[in-house]
Amino acid sequence: MSVIYLLLSISILVAIIFFVAFISAVKSGQYDDSYTPSIRMLFEDELKKEPNTTDNNKQ
Amino acid sequence: MSDLCFHCGLDCEKEAVFFDDKNFCCNGCKTVYEIFSENDLTSYYDLEKSPGTTPNLIAGKYDFLNNQEIVESLLEFNDDSIQIVNLYIPTIHCSSCIWVLENLHRLHPNVKNAQVDFPKKTIRVTFTSQDFSLKNLVLILASIGYEPKINLENKNTEKGNVDRSIFYKLGIAGFAFGNIMFLSFPEYFEVSEFWLDHYKPFFRWIMFAFSLPVVFYAASDYFIAAYKGLTSKILNIDVPIALGIAVLFIRSCYEIISGTGQGFFDSLSGLVFFLLIGKFFQQKTYSYLSFERSYKSYFPIGVTVLKENNQEESIQVQDVKKGDRILIRNEEIIPVDSILIKGNAYIDYSFVTGESEIVKKVSGDKIFAGGKQTRNVIEIEAVNTVSQSYLTQLWSNEAFKKESAKNFKNVTDQISKYFTVVILLIAFLSLFYWLWRDASQAIYVFTAILIIACPCALALSAPFTLGNLLRIFGKKGFYLKDGNVIEKIAKIDTVIFDKTGTITTPKKNAIIYEGVSLNPAEEKLLKSTLRGSNHPLSRQLYSILKSNDILTLDEFQEISGKGLLARIKDQKIKIGSSNFVTNKQHKEVDKTSVYISTNDSYKGRYVFYNKYRKGVSKLFSKLSKKYELVILSGDNTSEKENLRKLLPRNTKLLFNQQPVDKLLYIKHHQQEGAKIVMIGDGLNDAGALKQSDVGIAVSENVNIFSPACDAILDANKITEIDKYFKACKNAMLTIKASFILSFVYNIIGLSFAVTGHLSPVVAAILMPLSSISIVVFTTLSTNYFSRKLK
Repeated sequence: MSVIYLLLSISILVAIIFFVAFISAVKSGQYDDSYTPSIRMLFEDELKKEPNTTDNNKQ
Repeated sequence: MSDLCFHCGLDCEKEAVFFDDKNFCCNGCKTVYEIFSENDLTSYYDLEKSPGTTPNLIAGKYDFLNNQEIVESLLEFNDDSIQIVNLYIPTIHCSSCIWVLENLHRLHPNVKNAQVDFPKKTIRVTFTSQDFSLKNLVLILASIGYEPKINLENKNTEKGNVDRSIFYKLGIAGFAFGNIMFLSFPEYFEVSEFWLDHYKPFFRWIMFAFSLPVVFYAASDYFIAAYKGLTSKILNIDVPIALGIAVLFIRSCYEIISGTGQGFFDSLSGLVFFLLIGKFFQQKTYSYLSFERSYKSYFPIGVTVLKENNQEESIQVQDVKKGDRILIRNEEIIPVDSILIKGNAYIDYSFVTGESEIVKKVSGDKIFAGGKQTRNVIEIEAVNTVSQSYLTQLWSNEAFKKESAKNFKNVTDQISKYFTVVILLIAFLSLFYWLWRDASQAIYVFTAILIIACPCALALSAPFTLGNLLRIFGKKGFYLKDGNVIEKIAKIDTVIFDKTGTITTPKKNAIIYEGVSLNPAEEKLLKSTLRGSNHPLSRQLYSILKSNDILTLDEFQEISGKGLLARIKDQKIKIGSSNFVTNKQHKEVDKTSVYISTNDSYKGRYVFYNKYRKGVSKLFSKLSKKYELVILSGDNTSEKENLRKLLPRNTKLLFNQQPVDKLLYIKHHQQEGAKIVMIGDGLNDAGALKQSDVGIAVSENVNIFSPACDAILDANKITEIDKYFKACKNAMLTIKASFILSFVYNIIGLSFAVTGHLSPVVAAILMPLSSISIVVFTTLSTNYFSRKLK
């Protein structure tokens, strides 16, 4: 019967967890620069590819 | 295509360097390529085509970084072994830049980590200071074409104090709004179901809990602003907003405590959320541009001072004393008014006056601060301190002290004055009416009016219109400091232009030959002679003459301050000033010209005219229909006739204006009631830009430099400025139209409130509906009327 209290508190707790995650993300500076990371994540592939191609050349 | 430089993409012309199957325009570019290929960094060229910048490193330029005090003030973090520095690099422009700079550790093992902030064009480097220093780091960056800009303004600024409160507030309001909305749905639909009725109070108290941070934290700015407004006796827009929020909260609390209703928590948090979005939208500006620059961002941070025993020492620029001997290298800025002691100075005053012609000075001449030495090393003696120099004194003028933003009342505040009075009047009239008719309903109606009249839509009109236009302008190359500038532009009646660098192009002069035409042999001789001279006018003339074979001269002589003398076989040529070439003073002395005579007979002269930007004449005739036009020039009157022909007759032309004269001219006319926009470049306009109602700085490269102003305009867009002005006026019309729209919503809402029928669900529908429709309307209409902007 009083399960609704439990359900509501759980759902609000989950919501608050996400809210705290958002606040800490802002605090750590994730929203200060919203452009560079979008470019940066494309570089990782570039870096790994390069040694491979040079290896191929050697073989 | 193939003869474009592989590194920087410029045309290689004749001096191409061929290396590793690739073309390079110069050795500098080749060296950068070599550095990258040695360190396995050639992916740089895969990401973008020809991404590089030619390195332009001058030996000794960063010697001031040997001074520990300066280094200390630049570092963001300094442990014994680890140091962190944030550097501004204007040449960052593409993804290749980000890639190579973040792989800086491959160039030097001491670099531990590097992170680029692209919008701000900064790089944050962590490095170990063992056998390594900031100077080494800067030199590495400069050697690959990413020279950081270090100046007085960098010092001790922005050390981690970023204001992120708007994000928090927005997050809280949005979070509460969403949750409260779901919790209030059951009651909105009036489902009478046993369990729902049973848990009603529980739901209501959760909503109350959610609304607390919204009212006391997220909305706190509105209460503060309203309080400030009231104490200075201004009824700004925040007064009815704060009143609305307070009444919403109090009445909702009363309702849930007394158990008479569910309250308006949903509308309350929604209202705050929408208002904050509007605020956020308007707050977003151009992080990489600075509108508050003074001479400090332009002057070097350290200079090399010569001690008595000719020992060089780097000191901070503000420590320069009268009588100090300073060493100025190529491309360095003269930091103080001084006297030239040793060497020949070729000073480029283009940042100060906009005039590109290089001025030659000989020892004993006075040199003003702000010029840039362009060739060899010179020695100067300071006659003033930095802040008391001729140019920098301008910044102690009172125009730089007053805060102009405070005196400005924007359109929303102007209208809110009447709005607030009318709303209060309606609220009290209906209060008395209901007291007389049905006292139990009176307070209910009274609060309902204050709630529904809360000017959410009204408050959103201006931020969204101006914010959107700001964004559109930014894409086109016209960067405004904030939305208020648009309102100010819409009101102006006078447009003042600076001449040099603003309506003229900075680099190119129009050179016209007057006199007897030269035969091919004479032309060859002229070109060959000019080749040997380093005089700025000779260089310019040389570059426009068609390339012919260069002949070897049998005799060549350069007479300083007069001209050139040369001979091939029996052909002689004289090039230079009029009394050197023709032995008599020419009448029109104020025109810059070079005279030519061959074999002692006068042939003619090359006259150097300013070259005006394309479309200037058309722009002026368009502007003259609506605005009063003035040209304030620091130059002499030599261009007067030319300008008269070019510009509409009612344009006022004023020459020989000192920086302070320009400021005073504007001040004088403002006192007569004129609303003035000043369009200028250079530091000499800085005072005028600040004093005017709207100061627009014209800049060839918006990233490099512009004095303090309200707006920065890309120099190529200057002929479009009438369209920008028009767009600003249209924006004000849009705001007024959306005011009317929001009044309509208010009248609908009031009709519910006055008759006592305002239920929470009506408020919950009306509030977001009005806000969203205002946002849609303003965005669509600003996009519509700015579609023609180039």
